[in-house]
Amino acid sequence: MSVIVLVEHTEGNIKKKSLEAVQYAAGIAQKTGTTVSAVVLGTLADSEMESLGQYGAQKVLHVADARLDELHARAYTSALLAAAQKEGSKIIIALHDINGRAVAPRLSAKLKAGLVAGALSYPDLDKGFVIKKAVFSGKAFAFVNITSDVKVITLMPNTFQLNKGEGKATIEKLDVSFGDKDFGVKVKEVNLIKGEIPLTDAQLVVSGGRGMKGPENWGLIENLAKELGAGTACSRPVADAHWRPHHEHVGQTGGTVRPNLYIAVGISGAIQHLAGVNGSKTIVVINKDPEAPFFKAANYGVVGDAMEILPRLTEAVKNFKQNHK
Amino acid sequence: MKILVCISQVPDTSTKIVLKDNNTAINNQGITYIINPYDEWYALVRALELKEAGIASDIHLITVGKADTEPVIRKALALGGDEAIRIDADSHDPYETANYIAEYAKTVGYDLILCGKESIDYNNGAVGAMLAELLDTDYIGFATDIQVDGNTATVKREIEGGEETDTCSLPVVIVCQKGVAEARIPNMRGIMAARTRPLKVVAPGAVGSVTEILSYELPPAKAGIKMVSPDNMDELVELLHAEAKVI
Repeated sequence: MSVIVLVEHTEGNIKKKSLEAVQYAAGIAQKTGTTVSAVVLGTLADSEMESLGQYGAQKVLHVADARLDELHARAYTSALLAAAQKEGSKIIIALHDINGRAVAPRLSAKLKAGLVAGALSYPDLDKGFVIKKAVFSGKAFAFVNITSDVKVITLMPNTFQLNKGEGKATIEKLDVSFGDKDFGVKVKEVNLIKGEIPLTDAQLVVSGGRGMKGPENWGLIENLAKELGAGTACSRPVADAHWRPHHEHVGQTGGTVRPNLYIAVGISGAIQHLAGVNGSKTIVVINKDPEAPFFKAANYGVVGDAMEILPRLTEAVKNFKQNHK
Repeated sequence: MKILVCISQVPDTSTKIVLKDNNTAINNQGITYIINPYDEWYALVRALELKEAGIASDIHLITVGKADTEPVIRKALALGGDEAIRIDADSHDPYETANYIAEYAKTVGYDLILCGKESIDYNNGAVGAMLAELLDTDYIGFATDIQVDGNTATVKREIEGGEETDTCSLPVVIVCQKGVAEARIPNMRGIMAARTRPLKVVAPGAVGSVTEILSYELPPAKAGIKMVSPDNMDELVELLHAEAKVI
């Protein structure tokens, strides 16, 4: 009956957001009087898997098939189904990210299980199995009740603070007999972006809009981001003008980010842009126009010329870091 | 090659959400509905390009909704497509929607099914992968480039931390995002032609939903902004550290 949670790892390390997912699974397990079985797919060291105990997993089911080091949606689905069957699980959790979104809907369709995509809360069991999620790209929230017996949830990353505890998970090998269909999609080429923080994983984001005037000024954004250890993003007009790559575009028709800190530079704050960033915990707006609508959604505001303010802010961050070593 | 493009009707991106009935429903008065941007700009336009290139023979558009969704599916037909199908159901969740579409798709047998990354109303992004499961096909999500040669699709897609190129045999469900195609504007000829293209209304099968929305909530208003002088960035950094606790 344990809660099943899919764990992602990269370069030998479990991703932080997967620790969040394990901790979330543990919270649900506690509410429902059961335990957590984390599912690890592909190649990973035992010590790393055991450490999931610190976040509430009692057991790790390890499918040690090296083909699973790459995302194969059908194989992942088969593995999770096998794990759920073995454990008699009624609750399956993944992340609301590229991998989770490839797998969770398949599980939902297969198991006739209700899906909450992008969970922002633990289930409220008093009213059924009710979970909060963002709708209309963050312009509202919905409280969704899963009415089926089996439940599938994708957790929005960066929703809960991590609390590291004690414990060591036991590891069990899980053999899954995969068919040819499970690896029907052939991966021809992989390009991982090195040395750059994936935008959706970034705790801090520095984002630029048309107010940056041109791609030649992006060094100012990048310098600040580098000093902060932040990811970089942009508004839609900037991506459309090819000043920045499309994957940096955040907003209603681009990516959604939910960092702890979002610094918007030269972005007016159209409702479509706000939709992609309004899950940010703290928002700083830098804009020369004091009437920019973004100020209404911000925690801190600076009115002035970005070209002058950005170097000053970068310098201030540098000084701060030196004083807080 | 037959392509099915899944079309969803959503509120215009500039819509301000207002709740009603004790926060149990969205007040749809005054809302303008559009084709979900991901469905229109990327999935539909790429399908049209594949037809123009002589690769696709038929393009069908499908939506799940009551009669009030017809203007939007007509708008989609004005961009192109040979026929449209409306499953006459008021769907409550992606599970229901995917089952209706899969049921119909099985009767035709499509080589390629294209969806947008997610609809901008309920942001589930689930129908595509569900369709793949229900139709027992492969699925490629977050696609940024789609090429089809004979029975093989070659797709560039975003993965966690980068990008990869995949190949797979048809049939396949591909979920599209920015990069797949460039948005088009319907012209007068398309709008006129759309009036004469068939729009089939199909009764839904017995599916039923597996979730229900009990209530809604609007995000809390920001507590008020603190302005910092552009000459005092040390103060801003100190606030972010001591007050906001984010650095």
